[in-house]
Amino acid sequence: MSVHEQFAEDLALYALGALDDAERQKLEKHLEECASCRRELELLRGDLSLLALTTAGPRPPARARQRLISAIAAEPRLPAAAPASERQQRSWWMVSTWPALGWAAAVGLVIVGIGLLLQNSTLHQNLASLRAQFADQESKLEQANQTVATLLDPEAMKIELVAVGNKPQPRGKAIYQRRNRNLIFFASNLPPLPAQKIYELWLFPASGRAPIAAGLFKPDARGSATVVNPPLPADVEAKNFAVTLEPESGSHESPRGTPVIVGVGE
Amino acid sequence: MKIGVPSADPNAMTSDMALVTAIRSGDQGAMKALYDRYSSIVYSVALRVLQDTGAAEDVLQDIFMQVWRNPGAFDASRGNMAAWLAVIARNRAIDALRRRRPEDDIEDVSVSVEHDLVSKADRSRIMDKVRGALQAMPAPQRSALEMAYFEGLTHSEIAGKTGEPLGTIKTRIRAGLLSLRKVLAA
Repeated sequence: MSVHEQFAEDLALYALGALDDAERQKLEKHLEECASCRRELELLRGDLSLLALTTAGPRPPARARQRLISAIAAEPRLPAAAPASERQQRSWWMVSTWPALGWAAAVGLVIVGIGLLLQNSTLHQNLASLRAQFADQESKLEQANQTVATLLDPEAMKIELVAVGNKPQPRGKAIYQRRNRNLIFFASNLPPLPAQKIYELWLFPASGRAPIAAGLFKPDARGSATVVNPPLPADVEAKNFAVTLEPESGSHESPRGTPVIVGVGE
Repeated sequence: MKIGVPSADPNAMTSDMALVTAIRSGDQGAMKALYDRYSSIVYSVALRVLQDTGAAEDVLQDIFMQVWRNPGAFDASRGNMAAWLAVIARNRAIDALRRRRPEDDIEDVSVSVEHDLVSKADRSRIMDKVRGALQAMPAPQRSALEMAYFEGLTHSEIAGKTGEPLGTIKTRIRAGLLSLRKVLAA
């Protein structure tokens, strides 16, 4: 364990919220400076969450669900949309949507972000000798995180450029890393969903086995949507991806609905 | 036939992140789906701490309303949804028990769990191991851990309650947590 031994017991108590004020302040000061102890704190909180999950008890009463439904209905949130004045002012050169950032740059930064997360785990174990390198990685990770946050922010403006006079077509981009089961999918210009329907992403294995469901999603008001790291089985080589229109509950075993967009390979 | 799906829970195929993304778009149906998936975890934790159904329902409502208002607070890169909600539920319930203002924002909570907790079957398997580890602990160690976690007592309060030295309580709590981790790593 790379955590500083002198703080080990206090970290456990801190994770529990069981540390007295003076000791807590001392530890918090150390945590500000020590990435190794911050990492250990997250692990301890993970251990404690498992303790919490052992509390199998009765399900909440139905009235609690109704109470929540009423409360969220009273606080509706509309999908982010551009102000009307801005929409009216759009001209031919800002017609539709999507990555002004460019697919290649976006994909590169996302993969850099994932890679840096993995690297950080190793760096924590060798912190003493790699401290300087780690600080640099952390800075890059922060930059990558900010980029990913921008890409995934539903309120971020996304503009796709198409040839003048062409009508924007539905399109999607799947970035799949088989080794780590990472999948990031972006879609744009999707038609609005009919009532009681939902879009579903599918992974088609290269082995020829049945397609694997890779997430249900609903596009925003502009037809854009993102799916990030749905649960996928290990070590599946993908031949293709597709999006289908399915009943609202999804089709978990195989696509039953209408194909909307299908991969063409690269 | 079920093909290549890692989870025994078909609902898990609508990934937590897909639900969160839909909730960010104001999708009330996605919010209901998230509630149906995780409300029993949140409620169970709150009820264990508070021992009062009404108070546990208040914590349940409070947590899911926070998710509705701020779905971006859940960051998949920083933790698993089940574990994240369990930790928030415990913290909020302790705050309610001690009648104090919430100490941390849901955005500040990150949990690193290296086990797959997406499906009920996976959670059940891991929980069996954790319960086994708890049962195998010496009673004073388990008791110190549970007093700190489920009653929200500080180590000084536990020491006062049990008559044990402070250092002993600290050591017991840390040893208890490490033995949990050891069992899970086996």
